[in-house]
Amino acid sequence: MTPHAQRAAAYVADTARMHWHDKALWHVRQKRDAAVASVPEWEALRTQAAALKAHTLSRLAEYLEEFERNATKLGVVVHWAVDAEEHNAVVLGILKERGLVRLVKSKSMLTEECHLNGFLEKHGVDVIDTDLGERIVQLAQETPSHIVLPAIHKKKEEIGELFHEHLHTESGASDPKYLTEAARGHLRERFLAADVGLTGVNFAIAETGGFVVCTNEGNADLGASLPRVHIAAMGVEKLIPRAEDLAVFVRLLARSATGQPVTSYTSHFHGPRPGGELHLVIVDNGRSALLASATHRRALACIRCGACMNTCPVFRRSGGHSYGATVPGPIGSVLAPSGDGRRYAGLPFASSLCGSCTDVCPVKIDLHHQLLLWRQELGAEGLTPLGKRLAARVGSFVLQRPRLYRLVGWLARAAMRLLPRALLYLPLNAWGRQRELPPAPARSFRAQFRKALK
Amino acid sequence: MSSREHILSALRRAAAPALPRPPPLAEWQTFEEPVAHFARMLAEVGGTCVRVISEDALSDSVAALEVVAKAQKVASLVPEAHPGNVQLAGVEDPHQLASVEVAVLRGAFAVAENGAVWVPGAALGARRALLFVCQHLVLVVDPVDVVPTLHEAYARLRFDGPGFGCFVAGPSKTADIEQALVIGAHGARSATVFLVG
Repeated sequence: MTPHAQRAAAYVADTARMHWHDKALWHVRQKRDAAVASVPEWEALRTQAAALKAHTLSRLAEYLEEFERNATKLGVVVHWAVDAEEHNAVVLGILKERGLVRLVKSKSMLTEECHLNGFLEKHGVDVIDTDLGERIVQLAQETPSHIVLPAIHKKKEEIGELFHEHLHTESGASDPKYLTEAARGHLRERFLAADVGLTGVNFAIAETGGFVVCTNEGNADLGASLPRVHIAAMGVEKLIPRAEDLAVFVRLLARSATGQPVTSYTSHFHGPRPGGELHLVIVDNGRSALLASATHRRALACIRCGACMNTCPVFRRSGGHSYGATVPGPIGSVLAPSGDGRRYAGLPFASSLCGSCTDVCPVKIDLHHQLLLWRQELGAEGLTPLGKRLAARVGSFVLQRPRLYRLVGWLARAAMRLLPRALLYLPLNAWGRQRELPPAPARSFRAQFRKALK
Repeated sequence: MSSREHILSALRRAAAPALPRPPPLAEWQTFEEPVAHFARMLAEVGGTCVRVISEDALSDSVAALEVVAKAQKVASLVPEAHPGNVQLAGVEDPHQLASVEVAVLRGAFAVAENGAVWVPGAALGARRALLFVCQHLVLVVDPVDVVPTLHEAYARLRFDGPGFGCFVAGPSKTADIEQALVIGAHGARSATVFLVG
């Protein structure tokens, strides 16, 4: 089994929990469908977004230079980081130079990818995640299991216990409203005490030098507006050419993510606030390598809405942590092998290739094709599990020889009828691990077809 | 080589041959009654839309809001809606605004398709935190400034200098605990938009 399959097996062992998780995410998918149905030009928006991203990615260096020029004019201090280590060092450098030690952070998958929290804590910085879901997983010393719904894997009773321990809420209390109110009070103090706010970036605009951050809670906005210093971290792929392009992407983002027509707050930052400082860290960390791949560069168009996770039958049942990657789900399984093919070789198999992810992707990434391509590429490099490679080789040999194929078919039908159960359901039969084999047909499809023709 | 040069040259080497910028979208949805649609969408995102006929009616309606009537501290940048009792002029440190219960601000325009109001930061300056730190938010918009979609909205916006602006769609909210919608996560616990005229 691949590492994903092993972790997924542990997750699905709790059947009730698996169904609960599945249902919660399917509910989000249904909300997304309703929101999409209210926009007649949805498909045109997707096509436009995909074309805009493809165009931007084909001229990314130029657009980044334009963005840097305009951002600098607005008073933004632009930093560049080749990899996660440099990103972390840049952030720590900004803090150290100014003696800042209390940092409030809003959601940023990039800082998760760079493992910024642990790094800063080691250097004596007090890091508080302020998105409610992220705060929950931070208190639980876990990582987000979903990029939009970080604590979707946790039950409210578990969150109640966690808050009882850390925020001194009443023992046994699990009402979401009560728990959210407790977190609001606790985090409000942290916002007011913070001396620096760190946010991610949803979209950066080359033409204006500004950037946009979308949240429902208002946590990014408080963190970027109360402390004097605001640091924003973005991957190079967050760029869009013009402000008018925001209409296309903002219309797609929240509807795809949660089924809302728009997030509660869509903040546009153009330069620091009067009297404040704004630092922007532009990070590569493997993105240029992904861009160099003609087959996989389309994955850089991702706007991190999470729709592919909510719809994926594997994700819904196996949970985000089973992927073992910062970004889980279909898009995560496409992105991760580009960084470390050996470590994540199993992820492209965490899919039934049903194509639902591709159908819902707002920027039309051909996710299931990408997963299939990875299986082929990683297989050719000898990185996929040996069993899968052998099975593929045997399959290929048999399928290229019609006579052998017919013989094997006949043998299989006979075996299914005649062999005892103990032999049929050997560990080698992965299909039969959780399922019954279908009854063997009396004749092959070919024979039935011939008969029907007569 | 600096990291900047390193990244830019790696991206130049990696990029596909330049692809053209697509022509802008030709058409998108419109609404027969944008104002009514805005009110519906604002309700859907947890806010409340109130239509008043005049500025006199506006100040009466704002004063009559339960959250305003109960509030000790109201910060207003729209004197015709509410006089306010928190001094905003001269506030350089946004932390001084932490105890504001109601903020009354002007929205430049509203968007029918999603219930959002564009709140420009120009009038707020260093005090933009007010928009997020207040317990309740009151926004005042002219109904002629309700545009159908974000396409018209961005066509109205000019980002030609330092500044801040935010689309605010209803109150702050979260569904991070078991997908249960809770209003009032970190920002405003309620958002009321007054359309005047």
